[in-house]
This record gives sequence, C-alpha cells and structure tokens, in this order.
Amino acid sequence: METLAALGQGFLVALQPTNLLWGFLGVTLGTFVGVLPGLGPALTIALLLPITYTVEATAAFILFAGIYYGAMYGGSTTSILLNTPGESATIVTALEGHRMALSGRGGPALATAAIGSFVAGTIGTIGLTFLAPTVVELALAFGPADYFSLMILAFVTVSATLGSRPLRGLAALAFGIWLGLVGVDLQTGQARFTFGLLELLDGINVIVVCVGLFAVGETLWLAHRASLREASVVPVRGSLWLSREDWRRSWPAWLRGALIGFPIGALPAGGAEVPTFLSYWLERRLARRPEEFGKGAIEGVAGPEAANNASAAGVLVPMLTLGLPTSATAAIVLSAFQSYGINPGPLLMETQPQLVWGLIASLYIGNLLLLALNLPLVGIWVRVLSIPQPLLYPGILVFATVGTYGISQSPIDLLLLYAIGLVGFLMRLFDVPTAPVVIGMILGPLAEQELRRALTISQGDPTVLLTRPLSATLLALAVLALLAPVLWRRLVRRNLAGG
Amino acid sequence: MPGRRAGIAFALGILALAAVVAIEAARIPQSAYAVVGPRVFPFAVAALLGLLGLLLLIQALAGHLRPADFAGEPVDRQAAGWVGLGLFANVALVQSLGFVLASSLLFLCVARGFGSRRPLRDLAIGLLLATLVFLGFSRLLGVRFGGGLVEDLLGGGS
Repeated sequence: METLAALGQGFLVALQPTNLLWGFLGVTLGTFVGVLPGLGPALTIALLLPITYTVEATAAFILFAGIYYGAMYGGSTTSILLNTPGESATIVTALEGHRMALSGRGGPALATAAIGSFVAGTIGTIGLTFLAPTVVELALAFGPADYFSLMILAFVTVSATLGSRPLRGLAALAFGIWLGLVGVDLQTGQARFTFGLLELLDGINVIVVCVGLFAVGETLWLAHRASLREASVVPVRGSLWLSREDWRRSWPAWLRGALIGFPIGALPAGGAEVPTFLSYWLERRLARRPEEFGKGAIEGVAGPEAANNASAAGVLVPMLTLGLPTSATAAIVLSAFQSYGINPGPLLMETQPQLVWGLIASLYIGNLLLLALNLPLVGIWVRVLSIPQPLLYPGILVFATVGTYGISQSPIDLLLLYAIGLVGFLMRLFDVPTAPVVIGMILGPLAEQELRRALTISQGDPTVLLTRPLSATLLALAVLALLAPVLWRRLVRRNLAGG
Repeated sequence: MPGRRAGIAFALGILALAAVVAIEAARIPQSAYAVVGPRVFPFAVAALLGLLGLLLLIQALAGHLRPADFAGEPVDRQAAGWVGLGLFANVALVQSLGFVLASSLLFLCVARGFGSRRPLRDLAIGLLLATLVFLGFSRLLGVRFGGGLVEDLLGGGS
C-alpha cells in the first residue's frame, strides 16, 4: 500500500506538464538514436550530461529514462529493417525479424516488437515498482565491506560470466578501472597517472570515454573496410496489423520474455544480451513449428524483444537501490547522479522520493508514449533509417567533438578522444566488449572508496571481507561466476567426447 | 595462420599497458595516513592487466585470439585516410578557426571518406549542423566553446 501511495505521488510529479514534456522529448530522442545505427543510449546520455548543470534533477532523469527506454524500442526497428542491429541487445531480433522483413512480413514483425516491448516494459516497470522497496530494505543491512564485495561480483558477472569471451571482457574492465583512477585521488590528494598533464588532474571525463569508444571507434571501424558499410533498408511491406494467428503466437512469447528478462536484468549482473538469447532459445524449444526458426518465426521476434525491454527495467533495480550500474547506460546515469551530488543507494528512495518515484512513474507514461510513437508513427522512423551513411557518420563525429571540446576547450581532450576511439576500434577488431570499460571506469573509484571505508572501520584488517557473512557470500559468488563458465564448458566437452 | 601475429601483438600490447600502469603506480607518492593508500588499486589493476595479458598471450600463441576475418578484403585506405584527415584537421584547427568551421571541415572529410562525391553540399550541411549544434549546446546547455570566426558572429562562444 505504501508503495502504491508513493507511486501515486510519483505520477503527480511525472504528470506535471514540464516533466511530461521532458519525458516526451526523451522517448522521441531515444527512439531516434535507437533507430540510427552507430548511436546508442549510453552515448546520447553522455552527450547530454551538461544538462545536469542547467536543469533540475527530476526533469533530467525523466529525460534520461525516456532516452533509455526509447532506444530499446528504436533498436528493434533497425534490427528488423536493416540487418545491422542498432543495439547489441537486439542482435537476436535481427535473426528472425530481418527474415520476416525480407519475406514481406516486416509490418507484423515491427508490430509484435513494439507491442511486446510495451507489454514487457510495463511488466518490468511494475516489477521495478514493487521490487525496489524490498531491495532497499535488504540493502540497508549492507556495510562497506559488503558493498565492495558486491561490486567485485558485479565486475565479474558484467565482464566475464555473461560474455562469450571472459578474458577479453575482464581486460576491458581492467582498462576501464585504470581510466577511472586517472586524476587526483580524492582521499589522499595524490595525482595518479596524469603523466604531467594538467588536463588530467580532474580525471578523464566519462563523456570522452563514451564518445570515443562508441562514436569514434564505430566510425573508424566502418571506415576501414568497405564491406562493413554495405547495408540496405528493407521497405516495410504488408499491413502493420497482427493477424489472429500472429497474436496467438506472440502473446505467450511476450510474457515468457518478460519473465526471463526482468529477473536477469535485476540481478547485479545486468546485460540485456543474455536474456534475449535465452528467450530465443526457449521460444525455439517451445515452438509448434521449430523449423520456421531461421526463416522468420514471429515468436523469435516477440520473445527476445520482450526480454530485452523487461531486462532494461530490471537493470534499474540495482541502479536505484544499490547505486550499482550493470550496463554502460546505467553507468552514465550514475555519473549524472554524481554530477548532482546525489548518491544512489538504499537511502535514495527516502531522501529523494520525488525524484525516484517521479522517475518510475515516468517510465509507465514513457512506455505508453512509445507504443504510440512506434506503431502508428513507425513510418517516420523508417525514413530516419534511410539517412545516408555519408551524412550520418560525419554528423555523429561532429556531436562527438561537441561533447569533448565543450568540456575544457582543450585540443588535448580531442587527442584523448581520438586515442580512446582507436582503442575502441581495436576492441571491435578483436571482438572485445566495450561496455565493461565504461562500467569499470564509473564503478572502480566507488569500489576503492568502499574498500577504504571497510578497512577504516576494521582498523586496517582486510579479513573483514571474509569474516562478514554477506561479504564472504558475495565474494564466493564472484569466484563461482568466474569459474562456472569454464567448468561448464569443460563438462560439456567431456560429455560430447564421451558420446 | 592468418591473424595469429596480430593476436600476439594485441596480447603484448596489453602486457605493455600493464607495465606502464605498474611503473606509473610505483611513482605515486605513498600516503602515511590512508588505510588503503593511493597505490593499492593501481597496483591491483596492473597485476590484473598483467595476468590477463599473459593468458591472452597463451590464447594468441595457440591461434585463438585473432582479429575479425575479412576473407582477404583489403583495408579501405581511402576511406580511412579521409576520416583520419578530418579528425586531424579538426584538432589542428579548432583553436584558430573555432569549433564551427573546424567541425564543418571534419564533416566534409568524413563524408568524403564514406563515399560522398558532393563536397559543396557536404560543406553546407556540415556548416548548418555545426552551427545548430553550437547554438543548441551553448545556449541551452551552457556548454562553452571558446571563440572563433562564426562563433563571434553569433554572439560569442563562451
């Protein structure tokens, strides 16, 4: 009941005309950048971080949340009509969705993706509404040692467990943590890794890293081989309406997708790819005609799209209750909180109820707006999709320059941007995930802070990490998360070898 | 085996980074007052990078760490060259010409790299976009850009 009352208050905040306007702006912008290949929510929110200096917190977070949800909807349009997925989480959608589009069923594919996103996004937001206060109660028992261990667990799951290449993911994470360490250490006042450059004393700005990895890296990547630039938009044919048969096949897949996506997103592990792959696998197993998979089965779009959106809502649970970002976008949103001097964590709901519940209420509204924006108005987004590459990528680089040069008007920042862009290019070349860099960069300094607090309380005794039951459990889980995939693969291989 | 050498170079690069981090970490002054000194995390990161670099090197030697395979397709030197030129022009000229003009040149070069053959149109679009972006970010978001030819005409960039 208390939750519902709080949510009601949240709706009063979110329904204020200016906040509605910010929400509308957010979902529109989010769909736009989701549709455009090469731009994503993390990059967009990073570019808009300066807004935190001029706009009050609630409005800014409503905007950011709209971008976050909107990009999920927009990304599916791109996957279906253009085989290059806009978001990593919509790779699976491309498998069946693009096939459907090629065989003239683009309309139903877009419809099941949009309605499924709405259904699952709403279920996920309901889950967030009721789970968040519960997690907060648990989180209040967390001491600094427990937080530190929780972060270690998140580091491992985000970079090693959920990716297909654990070593590369961890290397990306370590690189990110290192970037986060650059600058003056706030506790001791010592400069670290500044290489004598005044520009680095304040640390490396997260905008530069995000824009470098995602925008510059992607542009260099596409530039270096002609075949990467070949893409053609499949025109939408066929009615947008779902037939009775389509509905019958879609709705169970939506619900199953939502039930898979939300819990996985809400775990302090994050990652929207795993739930989409799981959902795809499940739908294929359950399908009455599994032979249709690979040729354009509507369940293969409905399930993963739902899982994707539900997990996006799930990611907000650890984000808002523990201050623990588990995706690149969530990490950027955390840095926006820091910019306002707000520390997300168990106390956030109590100290900033207007903000948190206004944000959550705006997600319900945003989902509704997005359904309207993506079904009847899908034609607009199809046209956005046909912005020619020779204009799109130069434009993205201009925005990248704005985000970077605007920080300090120093060419050094631009050189840093290019250097990180080159790293992003190499990471694409060697199939290294980029999200762990951003997560490590934001979460690394927080982990250091928690470790310091923990050891100050224990008077320098590091065994506190192992003697506190909660902390020890979390560390054990981290070790398990690190080793389980390796052991699992060995087991499977042995079984295969043994027949 | 194609790409094996590149994989080895990549792993060696991570080891080199680990070495740089370790050397720089050793140069951070100790602090007597902190329970967890300013060097602890840097050394941990160096150790982690070193370990991962070694493991990746083993993978690379076994041929399991390779760059993306393009089946013999050559690098598109022209496209990469134009993008590189645009980025270089941008950083070299942004202080003297100002953000708007330098960005327009960046736009022109990158558009050319991505296959456009209409430089005048690209320059016009680049100028328009850079001006709009400049106005949007400086007026609405309060981002500062310093001066420049176009910026001063539009009422200053700072």
